[in-house]
Amino acid sequence: MSNKHLIAAGFAGLFSVASQAQDLTITLVNLTQGISFTPVIAAAHDSQAAIFHSAEAASDELQALAEGGSIDGVNVLLSGYGADIVTNPAGGLLGSGANTEFTLTNSDGNDYLSLAAMMLPTNDGFVGLDSWKIPTQAGTYTVLLNAYDAGTEANDEIISNVPNPIGITSTGASGVTAEIGNSNVHIHPGVIGDSDSDAGISDFDSRVHRWLNPVAKLTVVVE
Amino acid sequence: MIKLTKVALATTAALILVACDDNTNSATVTTTPVTYQVTLSNLTNGQPISPPALILHNSGELWRVGETASDALELLAESGDSSQLQSSSIVTSSAQSTGPVLPGETTTVTVSYTNTVSYLSFASMLGNSNDAFTGLNKIALESFAVNDSVTYRTLAYDAGTEANSESAETVPGPAAGGEAYNPDRDDRNNFVAMHAGIISGDDGLSTSALTYQQKFDNPVMSVTITRIK
Repeated sequence: MSNKHLIAAGFAGLFSVASQAQDLTITLVNLTQGISFTPVIAAAHDSQAAIFHSAEAASDELQALAEGGSIDGVNVLLSGYGADIVTNPAGGLLGSGANTEFTLTNSDGNDYLSLAAMMLPTNDGFVGLDSWKIPTQAGTYTVLLNAYDAGTEANDEIISNVPNPIGITSTGASGVTAEIGNSNVHIHPGVIGDSDSDAGISDFDSRVHRWLNPVAKLTVVVE
Repeated sequence: MIKLTKVALATTAALILVACDDNTNSATVTTTPVTYQVTLSNLTNGQPISPPALILHNSGELWRVGETASDALELLAESGDSSQLQSSSIVTSSAQSTGPVLPGETTTVTVSYTNTVSYLSFASMLGNSNDAFTGLNKIALESFAVNDSVTYRTLAYDAGTEANSESAETVPGPAAGGEAYNPDRDDRNNFVAMHAGIISGDDGLSTSALTYQQKFDNPVMSVTITRIK
């Protein structure tokens, strides 16, 4: 933390009032070696709004994000709740190991932070944060994010069923599975992949496209 | 020890009597009944979680990484049977969910005691495994006020009591239907550690009865504890 932030923390501590608008400086880091994030949506919202809840069914808007990388529907959904929204801060894909920084000023009452972006290559995997309570005290906070499965598409790992802006050239996979094991939002079981670019069960590369949680790091500086 | 205990009790009683200054003879309340409502969600793709039995206790713990699993934990981790954990000497009270928590499902269990307690714990098996379990170990309750709520994400552990063959003969869950508890300890290391995950036949373990569907990553459960009394 810089001296500036320490000084800010001191003043905020003297004068802080709960539920006032806050300026947040947010950095999202893709912690994976081989996974890209599609355009990110982040929002400060009230306790009624959400992008997703684990162990509940995905909305149509989340399904579009998780299967196709489209944040338009989620954006409309959150706007309906008066959320403060940032879309696509990285200006496209956020590659493995890359980071993006953006600012978000939350309105009075929008006390929760959520974030989502599809993970590539997956069928319906996304990195997510659900309703993290924004601290009222100034400071720097770190949150580690997990990979979720929207539960809306079988994880067959067949490239024709996955958006492919990252240019995967493998084809011919027979498919890992045709079943959706859990149709609610849940922790992603991971990618299997294989090392056969013309056949095998997966078009993903087991040496490149696996991950373990956490898959992203969020640093939030509350002014 | 016994004499010391008696002295302590007598002193406590005397203090209570002194504090009771309204000249009534009604019983003096010296205990604070507590109730915790615990909501548990299964975050895995294909691992049924054995019926969670919430345990309130003032001492001890259910497991420790790097140390040998108790027989009660072995039974739980290999079969999902929590009866021995619930009858352990450290338990002041316990309450169990009526059934397993299936993938994507949520259950709520309420556990109470006649007085304040120090800790809450539980352990549940990941059914489609040899000896994987998850849970909460010795969550401190002292600072919990009524209506306080906290959410934990739980991790998967390996009891270290059974080799992770993933075979049809040794995995008891619905994906395999094999043997549950076996007192033999044939794992590589006879101690509790973090679980390395399911390999599965899809990933090249030819003897595995499991598939991609049973793979998991952490966290495996979301658990919210709310003190309601």
